[in-house]
Amino acid sequence: MAPLDTVSSSRRSLLKGAAAGAVLLGFHVPAKGALAQAAAPAQVPEVNAWVVIHPDDRVVLRMARSEMGQGTRTGLAQMIAEELHCDWSKIGTEYVTPAESLRRNRVWGAFLTAGSQGIRNSQDYVRKGGAAARIMLVQAAANRWNVPAAECSAKDSVITHGPTGRTLRYGEVAAEAARLTPPADPPLKDPREWTVIGTSKPRLDTAAKTTGSLVYGMDLKMPNMLVAVPRRCPVFGGTVRSVDRASVANMPGVRHVLQVGDSAVAVVADTFWQAKTALDALKVEWDLGENANVSSATIDARLTEGLDAAEAFVGNQNGDARAAIAAAPRKIEAVYSYPFQNHAPMEPMNATVVWTPQRCDVWCPTQNGEAALAAAAQAAGLPQTACDIHRVDLGGGFGRRTTHDWLIDAVLIAKQIPGRPIKTMWTREEDMMHGRFHPVTKCKLTAGLDAQGNVTGLHMRISGQSILSFVFPNALQNGRDPVVFQGLNPSGAEGQIGYTFPNLLIDHAMRNTHVPPHFWRGVNHNQNAVYLECFIDEIAHATNQDPLALRRKLMANHPKHLAVLNAVAERIGWGGALPAGVQGRGIAQQMGFGSYVAAAAEVSVNDRGELRIHRIVAATDCGHAVNPRQIEMQVEGSFVYGLSALLHGACTVKDGAIEQTNFDSYNVLRMDEMPKVETIVMPSGGFWGGVGEPTIMVAAPAVLNAIFAATGKRLRNVPLAGQDLRRA
Amino acid sequence: MTKLNVNGRVVEVDASPDTPLLWALRDHVGLTGTKYGCGIAACGACTVHIDGQAIRACVTPLSALDESQKIVTIEGLSPDGNHPVQVAWRELDVPQCGFCQSGMIMAAAALLAQTPRPTDADIDAAMSNICRCGTYNRVRAGIHQAARGGITG
Repeated sequence: MAPLDTVSSSRRSLLKGAAAGAVLLGFHVPAKGALAQAAAPAQVPEVNAWVVIHPDDRVVLRMARSEMGQGTRTGLAQMIAEELHCDWSKIGTEYVTPAESLRRNRVWGAFLTAGSQGIRNSQDYVRKGGAAARIMLVQAAANRWNVPAAECSAKDSVITHGPTGRTLRYGEVAAEAARLTPPADPPLKDPREWTVIGTSKPRLDTAAKTTGSLVYGMDLKMPNMLVAVPRRCPVFGGTVRSVDRASVANMPGVRHVLQVGDSAVAVVADTFWQAKTALDALKVEWDLGENANVSSATIDARLTEGLDAAEAFVGNQNGDARAAIAAAPRKIEAVYSYPFQNHAPMEPMNATVVWTPQRCDVWCPTQNGEAALAAAAQAAGLPQTACDIHRVDLGGGFGRRTTHDWLIDAVLIAKQIPGRPIKTMWTREEDMMHGRFHPVTKCKLTAGLDAQGNVTGLHMRISGQSILSFVFPNALQNGRDPVVFQGLNPSGAEGQIGYTFPNLLIDHAMRNTHVPPHFWRGVNHNQNAVYLECFIDEIAHATNQDPLALRRKLMANHPKHLAVLNAVAERIGWGGALPAGVQGRGIAQQMGFGSYVAAAAEVSVNDRGELRIHRIVAATDCGHAVNPRQIEMQVEGSFVYGLSALLHGACTVKDGAIEQTNFDSYNVLRMDEMPKVETIVMPSGGFWGGVGEPTIMVAAPAVLNAIFAATGKRLRNVPLAGQDLRRA
Repeated sequence: MTKLNVNGRVVEVDASPDTPLLWALRDHVGLTGTKYGCGIAACGACTVHIDGQAIRACVTPLSALDESQKIVTIEGLSPDGNHPVQVAWRELDVPQCGFCQSGMIMAAAALLAQTPRPTDADIDAAMSNICRCGTYNRVRAGIHQAARGGITG
């Protein structure tokens, strides 16, 4: 049986029995055959775990990482194809399932699609998968001809025997290749030989997204399916006291009114609108619990206390910063803040579940199939071998779909209606109020300066939430959360600081709240880059130095950090005359997720305090650039996400609950605010860096620094909405 | 029972009159290309055409509709997926996650039908759809390209 075909026979007939117009679940349904339509038929054996080739030469490449818009599907396909030497026009892809992966000793490696690692942390083994398949296909052809494999070569899915010119197509020898012993450690091409990697191949999944035919989790349909719409206690940690089921029992389409765990309820109906209408009418009494009095003000007070607390976890330290600052003839100090923010992917949380006492199948968009399987199995009360996750493409992820609170609730709902497909769909309001939020932090930065304006010591005190303490408490190091220091570390691919100070102390006073924090595109880099990059600017202005010149001085030991900064400075015309209408320029740099990035911004602020971002230049050194156009798209997207965060994004707390409930109160960047973005992709080779997140790190600080240059006003609190931007 | 004219076909929808067109299309007519993003007309993921005008289906109840109004969804925008906007979108690889793109394409097509050569200001005014991935600049380029009759450059 082909490994992808993990749907049990009874389940397959369930799917096949779907009504006309329904979709084959768990797989992409492309408009024009750009993607594999379904699991490989049983008669087509895989060449290896990554590659299936049909007799008509169609190539199906297996995907363990998830596609959520970031282009990983296409990038991974390019890396396999680079070594496979297949015909690009005949490539499709399909998702493998985590249960099948477990059965095969995790042959596909990690499923986690987060931390900008879909490409960089799979590149080695997916390329080897392509190379091994090519070697086997060539060997199969050589065997057929009874010639040495060394006399044969492969290109565009055709194998040629050099001396005689004979040819065979991949589809003709795939079945024989599948029976050969795979090479143990196939050699990979030198990057200088690449012809597929490094090119801007069009995405494999675009066509279906232009016709409405790509099936998202929300679009799934099954025979006899019901729709559940849940509501959780508005205050995190609160519970259900009572539910007046009779209040909605007779409403149209209502089938079930359920309690879900301790803290949620759900209405199950024939359609979403019926379920939502009944849920809105449902009378629920909540026990709001001990957090009902928490507000943004009480959280802020707690964080403020942490700024000067005696005890803190150290993230980076050299010399004696406190002593150096105390001895300095001059010091400057500033306090910054960064709020809770919702991921707000365009597709609200959803999952479709069929639960029976023997088995649980889930169809859903997730950034981590393996974690989804573990969560589903635990909620289902079944072993992982009796469960599986059938993935669909995500309508946005940004980190939200690496955690599975929504999936657990969907399983707990389906468990109460055995044997029936239940599609659980969150409303946008539920998605807003029960997100997993960007951590809230504040930061006090203090610099000691000598008489010449040189920095003698820097102390950066972060106070606020730790993601790990909520999500992976076992990963804390004696209570310390190392992820808090992203971009500020003395070394390492996940975020090395780009400056050298004679005395440095960066520490964290952990101040957690009842609002659950989570990884959010860019994670802790987002606030850390605002804090450090804006404060570097403050030092420059306080000492009458050009912000670029000061950085160059402090970055002499960090040439890769400096190279991207120099690139954006040059392109934007740093130091030169401002274009008409532009009032100021700002720059910022940061290193994280394995990549070096920098941005430069040109802005103006009018008499009414309205900000206009005229132009952005962004540079990325991600080591190897697999698909330059996709990188440009991720860079542009990073400004939409990062500037949404800077301009608008804040979730506030009142009476223990998140106040923002929809896009009317949680505003995001739209077309009319979107600046021009010029992207410089400058891969220096020799390493693999991420792309999806790094640029977001520099979006906000580059613009904040430009606003200062334009107005003389130093804005230290995110977001800018509600603040007076007019010239100081 | 409400009769609707959807993509040139009259369909009967058995749903309460307060049901938004969005959910009638998705759950009753079976057309899921039109997306739910907010339910309050804020994001535009549900954009469809009624008599050529771009409207937000999530706040348009069935009670406001009858079969005299011609509703067009992403599935009916062109017979073969080759409306100039769809062609431009593919040439420029506009979508990222794609979830907002049905609404983007429908809003763009309605804009071009009324303003064949839109300026950037026209585009800003007409395109209030939300995209979280960050396709705005490519959406803008796609509209301009479609306006030029699909000629690149």
